[in-house]
Formats: sequence, structure tokens, C-alpha cells
Amino acid sequence: MSSSLTPDAPVFVAKTKGGRITDFVDQRVGGSGILREFGRKVFPDHWSFMFGEVALYSFVILLLSGTFLTFFFDPSMAETHYAGSYTPLKNVEMSVAYSSSLNISFDVRGGLFMRQVHHWAALLFVASVSVHMLRVFFTGAFRKPRELNWVVGSVLLILSMAAGFTGYSLPDDLLSGNGLRIIDGVIKSIPVIGTYISFFLFGGEFPGTMIISRLYMLHILLVPALILLMIVMHLFMVVVHKHTQYPGPGRNDGNVVGYPLGPVYAAKAGGFFFIVFGVVAIMAAFFTINPIWNYGPYDPSPVSAGTQPDWYIGFVDGALRLMPGTIGDWKVEQIWFGHMFTFNVLLPALVPAGILFTVMFTYPWIERWITKDNREHHVLDRPRNAPTRTAIGMAGFVWYCVMWAAAGSDLIATHFHVALNDVTYWLRALFFIGPVIAFIVTKRVALALQRKDREIALHGRETGRIVRLPHGEFIEVHAPLDEYKRYKLVGFESPSPLPAVPNEHGVVDRKERRRAKLSRWFFEDRVAPVTPVELEAAHGHHGSHEAVEAADAQKTLSH
Amino acid sequence: MKAISQKRRHPLAAIALLLMGLLVTGGLYAVATTVNQAKADTTYSASDVAEGGKLFAANCATCHGVGASGSQSGPSLVGVGAAAVDFQVGTGRMPMQMNGPQAEKKPAQFNEAQTKQLAAYVASLAPGPAIPEASVIDGKGDAAKGGELFRTNCAMCHNAAAAGGALTRGKFAPALAGVSGQHIYEAMVTGPQNMPVFNDANISPEGKRDIITYLKQIESNGSPGGADLGALGPVSEGLFVWIAGLGVIIAFTIWLTSRTS
Amino acid sequence: MGNHSDGSPNHSGTVATAGQNEVEKFQDPGIPPHRLRLADTDPRAAKKAERQVALLFGISVVGTLIFLVSYFAIDLGNDSSIATIRLQNALLGIGTAFAMLGIGTGIVHWAKALMPDHEVSEERHAIRTEEDRQAAVRIVDDIVEETGIKRRPLIRNTLLGAVALAPLPALAIFGDLGPRPDFALAHTMWAPGPDGKLKRLARDPDGTPIKAADVTIGSAFHVIPEGLNELSEGKLNEKAKSVVLLMRLDPAELHPSPERIDWAYNGIVAYSKICTHVGCPVALYEQQTHHLLCPCHQSTFDLTQQCKVIFGPASRPLPQLPIAVDSEGYLVATSDFHEPVGPSYWEREQHVLIPNS
Repeated sequence: MSSSLTPDAPVFVAKTKGGRITDFVDQRVGGSGILREFGRKVFPDHWSFMFGEVALYSFVILLLSGTFLTFFFDPSMAETHYAGSYTPLKNVEMSVAYSSSLNISFDVRGGLFMRQVHHWAALLFVASVSVHMLRVFFTGAFRKPRELNWVVGSVLLILSMAAGFTGYSLPDDLLSGNGLRIIDGVIKSIPVIGTYISFFLFGGEFPGTMIISRLYMLHILLVPALILLMIVMHLFMVVVHKHTQYPGPGRNDGNVVGYPLGPVYAAKAGGFFFIVFGVVAIMAAFFTINPIWNYGPYDPSPVSAGTQPDWYIGFVDGALRLMPGTIGDWKVEQIWFGHMFTFNVLLPALVPAGILFTVMFTYPWIERWITKDNREHHVLDRPRNAPTRTAIGMAGFVWYCVMWAAAGSDLIATHFHVALNDVTYWLRALFFIGPVIAFIVTKRVALALQRKDREIALHGRETGRIVRLPHGEFIEVHAPLDEYKRYKLVGFESPSPLPAVPNEHGVVDRKERRRAKLSRWFFEDRVAPVTPVELEAAHGHHGSHEAVEAADAQKTLSH
Repeated sequence: MKAISQKRRHPLAAIALLLMGLLVTGGLYAVATTVNQAKADTTYSASDVAEGGKLFAANCATCHGVGASGSQSGPSLVGVGAAAVDFQVGTGRMPMQMNGPQAEKKPAQFNEAQTKQLAAYVASLAPGPAIPEASVIDGKGDAAKGGELFRTNCAMCHNAAAAGGALTRGKFAPALAGVSGQHIYEAMVTGPQNMPVFNDANISPEGKRDIITYLKQIESNGSPGGADLGALGPVSEGLFVWIAGLGVIIAFTIWLTSRTS
Repeated sequence: MGNHSDGSPNHSGTVATAGQNEVEKFQDPGIPPHRLRLADTDPRAAKKAERQVALLFGISVVGTLIFLVSYFAIDLGNDSSIATIRLQNALLGIGTAFAMLGIGTGIVHWAKALMPDHEVSEERHAIRTEEDRQAAVRIVDDIVEETGIKRRPLIRNTLLGAVALAPLPALAIFGDLGPRPDFALAHTMWAPGPDGKLKRLARDPDGTPIKAADVTIGSAFHVIPEGLNELSEGKLNEKAKSVVLLMRLDPAELHPSPERIDWAYNGIVAYSKICTHVGCPVALYEQQTHHLLCPCHQSTFDLTQQCKVIFGPASRPLPQLPIAVDSEGYLVATSDFHEPVGPSYWEREQHVLIPNS
């Protein structure tokens, strides 16, 4: 890797100071190859590509602020009497964990700030991971060769939720204690082993004296280590694959167009870390998060109205709320063979999350099987150009949001002055019909946008300039697109349904027939991109330019 | 016995006896008054009662019946006490404007003097909880004890930060910020609408004073961490991070990836 | 479309091109021509951008100073008020925000305005060459072949068996994380003491016993067993099972089933406060509708129908605690709950009625 020093070869001497330092390091540890590979690596620039970085930077902020907090936090559930400076809790009996969390908030300078930074960054972490995944899904960035990276990303989403939940419980306040109790109830509903898992997790009966220190260990060691490992794998694969790019002139599956890492992209990405940190700092400065002093120490008797988990667990909590426990006089919970089958807890706790994560993990393979598309894709789809995928994504998103909203049903009721029960009834209905409506509407909207694109590619943009023709007709003048803008609108594929293909024995088996059916469902509604011939025809068969514009105007009006 | 008889003539004996007597009477009195005091408040004059009766006949009797004995559309008010009247009328809940899941707080329809007259009239019908004395609503009790009582008895409906919460079928427990100590006290002893009654045997007057102290203290303190986002817990925090947090960050990403002119 | 090295992703596999061939497509016009920025052409604009970047870095310095001053100048003594904490928190936050945003926006502005902004196109290379791909497959095949694992099923099967069993100790070693459940969930502190003494109902949190006469109509008492506060260990565990809500209503409104006729006293009833859904305290009592509402998942129980579920995700009624009055007028539990309280669990059926001794 480093230049070999043979007596007759002229020796390369770096001329600048920076160059000499680089050379010094390189001659001792190597790495010029890596620098050559990465120093000028090209990254495409688009705002929607930044969410992964937001997630990474929130994680770094979490590590920094979390380390500070560990110096003052004591995860013991031993009883103590509060002796800190917050008078409304003076001398109240509580656990050492809660007391040390209060001390961080009130008696450690900057402790409250760090707590708020940590918690806001945690919420932002999971939120940015989610938005990043939505971006990847809707643009088709998970397609070959990035399927495995999509899986690693999905694992990261689950880990980030695990990190959040284990941290949420640590202060041992009333809110998180009731959250743990709900988890205990859900665990107990698991057939055969549920009671044992509950006893093993809590070291005996709920709440016991072990759970906080066990969650602490998971929160500060195991989960972050796994997240770190997954992030390394994730970034490694990003480097191997290079970044995807949006379609446009000069961009194709064989290249990557953007700015070189050094200096522009490195400066932007590096500067962005400080921006994310700054935004989190503003939130922590002016907005309270998790006011544990309001909730009081955990005690199994009290509970507060509006007991909810942090937002990323909300959809499970919402599903628990939506499930009816009795239908008429029929109990959803069943006793079979002398044992409890607690379906009213098991179904909502496991099924929606199970479906969501199963579909998430397997979606790249499902789509690949339906479309038989085995090519590598480095140019993204604009969401409108893949109407069925976009519709599937929106259906899933709406389904998630219905459950999410259900977790706040009591607040919806009080803030919009409707009955709590009615909110639940409506959300129960939306749980089933919401995704269907979302699918249909999204698909129609995507197709409409494609038609709009076609319209613009063929006839140019509306200028808003109205012209009166000699015979009295008014038309709006359309400005033709330049070839770069037009290419953005026409440079996509619109696959048509792929009929069933016989296998090597010349038979169309049932699986293939099913695939063909799905392929039709996936691709039958399509808008093909404008071809040069069509453009020619649009401009050609009217003879004069003005006539084209007149025809355009009519077309626009008829829509 | 001998020891006692010897000390009977001790100079301090008289004082000890006096103290003991006081303690016994005080204790007996305390025992006698643990359950809701049914003492008629004597601070109302006869004219208050008479004026109140007229006001009642003109404004309340339609629903609550002549002589406050109740009707199809309103409960009997015999024995609800002056505290109930002062709470319901003083917070504007009564007279009710329309039927709904529950009577809601609105600007008071009667002035203080009229409210007092109405209270005097209702209190004159039968003994009931009286308007609390100033000493139990002064907000100078033990906030920490009040907090414990609040979390056990009140937070499940009113929220741990007293921000309010939902009940069944459109009813709700209101937020407590800005509610006077007197009204809080009266609500506890009378149990308006669906709120349970917390009589003096359940939460002593001292305990109620502590609760009011706690509420007033957290209200005047505000949140040490900045704006409290409605004190509604994780839901408002989640909404905030999605809308404001991610919103600002997206604005930055758009600036970051746009070209300068 | 593009020039691909071998293993070209575009032409391998069965691909639906939807009847479009290359001729019918628009040709890629290539990267649009580069547009110069103001700072590229006008040295004054460049100088201005330079000053703006320096100003932003300067703001960062100010932010750091704000942080340091507010950290050291504001003292959090024992008597510090909430307002002081709020002020310090806000100042530390502003300081950090300025310090960070100054650096961040400064660098980004520098990159955007002054660093070269030519878009560059870089070729993508196949992840591996076709040759490597085939060689890799061959190597794996060779390795598998040389182990002879396919030809020696005995070795393969015993190895699979051994590997499958090997993690078991790793699971078993966690066996001491907690005790076996046994009958722990079946009992609460309400069971009469060994001397047959019935437990009195006491106020939560102070633990003073409650007289029947204290409970007026419309009242709701939050109740713990007498003696709970004196437990030296496992207090919260016991409390988690034994908290009870005590209410009094008009006896005519209660409709007890025959076997529960004597479980109430003059309209005073006691029900477990732990939700049968997933265990939140069902503490919201509406004294006019006689409904109990769980604030966590909105299960609603009707007190007049022995706490039958009338809304929400719970399936079972709340367990009732049989109560009576002792010779001194205090409320006592005549026995433990007749069924386990709280959420369902696998073995629950076996624990029903066990405490009914």
C-alpha cells in the first residue's frame, strides 16, 4: 500500500504540512488505500437522505449524555427517604433509583439539562430511524443489492425501541412503574411460560427489588453494544453499496452523482452533527420532558390519568386499548383444559406488532418475488412511480397511526370534547377500514400525479399567461420543458404485469399462478412514461406551435 | 395509687389536671366531628336565608323543585350543605346552561353576595357540609404529605400534575390549575357530580389542607425544565418531537442540501 | 443505459421492461451544466460569506461562554427555588445550542458558499467481479467437500445434536433469576392471620383502620390491609396485590349473587383495585354512574353488577373482597380474595378458591 522504497526509485516527499502528517501516519499504520477510496467518495445530496444521519447523531448524543447520567444514577430499589431540595417530595419514602434521578434533576448542576437532552435525543433517535425507514421504503432503496441492509436497519429500529423502553423505566417513578406493570401483565398472558418469565424478569413477584438494576444493565451495556454493532454493519454496507440517488439527468444505475466526501460532503455532514445537537439542546432548554417529580415514586396503588408509554411503544398500548375484552356476554379470554388463554391481551400485544415487523423484514423479498426483478437498483423510484408499493406503505403507515392514536384516546376525548367510548369505537372501525381507504386513495393520488407528470412532459408547464387567439378563444400558454427537467419526468420504468411463466417442466404451477395474479395486482394500474415518439406526436400532428398550445389548453381544461 | 395521691398536691398538679381535661374534651370533640360535621353555619343572617330563598325560587326551583326537594330534572338539595352551593354556583357550573355529560365550569352567574344568600338558604334546609374555614385552605400545610394523598386519591382522574383526564362517555375530570383552594376543598367534601365524596373520616381537614398546599405549590412553581407541554405526559412529548423537533431538523436539512445562489 | 462492467446488473435475470426498448426511451442528457454561485464570480460576495462564517463561529464562542457563566455563576444550594433551576437549565441549553449551532451552521455555510460545488459523477463498480463470484462459490463447495460432511452423516448428525443441546446450559444458568411462581400469586395479605384474626381495612397511604360509619354514601376509600406499612420486606409486592377500593352506595343498587349476599356491609363493598386486564390500578370511581374506569386502557366495570366488564379490553370482573364489621365497628376482610387478583396467567384456574379456607 505505501510506496515501497527502492534505491533507484525517486522518493515521494510530501510538500505540505498536512501531507507530511498523512505520510507519517501512513508509513506506520498504512491506510492510504482507504483514504484513496474514501477521500473523494461521492455522496448524492438530498434533504431526505439526512435522516439516517440524524439517527446516528442522536445516538452519539445519547452516548455522551448517557455517560454523564450514569455517574450520578444509582439503580437500586432499596427504600430511602428523599432528602434533596425538591420540597413537594421532602421525606417521602421512595427507591434509591428515584431519589438519585431527582438529585440529578435538582441538585446536580446541569443534571436536569442532561436528563432532558438524553430523553429528547432518545425520542428523536427512534423518530429519525422511523422516518429514515419510511424514506427507504417509499423510494424503493431496499431493493437489490440493499436487502440485507434493510434487515439490519429493521433490527436497529427494534433495538432503538428496546433501548428507549429500558431507559424509560429506570427512574422508577409512578408513570414508568405502571408501564412496567402493563408489561408484566402482557408477559403473564403468554401461554405455558408467561408466569415463569414474569417471575424470572422481576426476580419474583412484581415489582420485586431487581428489575431496575437488570434493566439498567441492559440499557447501558447490552442494548447500546448491539446498536453499535448494527450501526457498524449498516455503515459498512452503505460504503460497499455506495449511496442511492434520485432519478434525474446524468444519473443512472451505473454511476453516483453528488459531491465528493472531502471537503464538501464531510463538512456538511460534520456540521450537521452540531446542528442536531443544537436543536436537541434548544428542546432541552425550554421544554420539559418526563417530569418525574410530578409523577412521584412508584407505588402499586396510585395511578395518574393519561398513563402512556413513550411514543414508540404507543402503537402496542393503543392496540391493547382497542381490543374488546368481551363481545356481548362472550368473554374473549378463554379457559381451555384448565388453563387461561388470555386472547384479549395476547392478540393485540403480539399480532399487530408481529404483522408489522414480519412484513417489514420480508418486504424486499416479497416484492422481488412478485416482480421477478433481480436487477441491481441504485436509482430510486419517485414514490408516485411505484403506485402499488407507495399504497402498501401508506396502508401500513395509517394502520400504525390508528393504533398510535388509540394510545392517546383519553387525551383525544378531553381535548376534542368527545366521548372516550366513541373515540374507541371509531378507532376500532378505522383499524380495519383505515388501511383499505389509505391504499385506494394513495394509489389513485400516485397515478394522478404520474398523469400530471405526463401532461407536463408532453405539453410543458402552465405559465399562467392567458392569450386570446384571433378567433376569440382564450388559451393559457404552456412553456416547454428543457431536456434536463423533462428527463426527470420521463426517465423511469413502468413495468407491466408479468404473466405466469412455465417452469423447467413446462408447467405453470400454482405458486407461479399466484405470483402472476399478484403481479397483475401490483402493476395493472400504470401510467407509462412519455416516449420521444409521443412527444413528437404531441408537437407534430397539429402542424403549428400555436395549435399545439390550443390543444393543450383544451386538454388541461378537460381534466 | 399511693404515688399518685402523694403527688396530688404538687404545684403542677392543677396544670396537669387542666391539660388532661382539655385533652379529653378536645379528643372527644375530635371523635365526635370526624364524620362530616353536620353543624349549621351560624354566620348567615335571617335576611340572607330569605333573600336566598327568593333567588332559589327564581333561578333554581325549575329543576331542583320548590323547597329544593328535587324534581325529574334535578336532584334534591336538602342536606347538600352550603359547600355544595358555593362550589356549584361559585364555579359557574350551576345554573346549568344545557344538558350534557356533565355540568361544566363557566363564568359565575351570581355575584358573591347572591352566592352566599343561596348557600344560606340551602344550608337552612338541613345540615350539610359547610364552607371551609380559612385556616384549612391557606396553602400552608405539608406539601409532601399532600402530594402522597393527591397521588393516591386524586391523580387517577385529575392526572398527577393536576392537568385533568377523561372519564367514561364524555365526562371528564377537570384540570385544577387556577381553581381556588376553597372550591377544591368544597369539591372534596361534597363530591360534585361523579366525583366521589372525600369526607373528613377519609381525608382529614388537615390532609385536605395538605393537598391544597401541594396543588398550589406545584402550580406556582411551574416546571423546572421549561414549558410543560400541557403536563400531559408522553403523548404531548411524542407529538412535540415529531412536529417541532423533526420539523426544525427537516428545515435544516433542506437548507443544508440546497444550492446557494 | 450506462456502461456496465461484467456482471452488469441491468441485463441479468428475467426482467420486465414493460415493452419499452432502448429506442423508445428518452436519451439521458447528462448532468446539467454547472451554474456558478455569486461567491464564485464576485470576490466581494466571497469575502462576505467568509465573514458570515466567522461570525457564526463567533456566536459559538459566545454560546460556550454563556454555558460556562451560567454553570458557575448560578448556585444550586439547598434552598434553590424551582425558578433558579429553570433559569439555569434554560441558560445552559441556550449556551449549548449557540455553541453547537454556531459551529454547525458555520461549517455548512462554509461548505455551501465557498467550497467547490461541482457535482461529480463516479462510476459504480460491481461489488465483486464475475470471476470472484464463481471462485467464491467454488471455494465454499471445495471446503464443504473436503470436510466430507455430506459423506459422513454420522458425524454430521451427532454434531448437529451436540450443537443443538450445547446452548441449554446457557439457558439453564439463568434459572436463578427468580423463584418458581408456585402459589405466590394466589394469596394476598387479606387472608386471616394464623390466629384467625381478621385483617382490618386501612387507609392508603397512612394505614389507619376504617370504621364502617366513616364510609358515607358516595365515598370512595383507597384501602390497604392493616399492617402492610409495618412489613419490613416485600412491602410493595404485597401492596401490588392487596390494594382495594372501598365504596358505599345505596344497598338497593347492589345486586349481589346469592353466594355473595354477605360480602357487603350496608351497601359498603370492596373490590380489588388491580385491573384484570394487565394490572393497572382501576381507581376511577364515578359515584353517580357507579362505574369504575381504568385510566390505562379504559376497561370499565359496573359496580352494580358485581364489577362486570361493560367496556374495554378486560374480560373478567374485578375480584370482590368479602367484608364485615368487627366488634369495634371497624371494617374487616372475612377472608382472602376467592380468586387471584390482577391480570390472567396460565396457572390461574388452579389458584381460584384456594384461599377459601
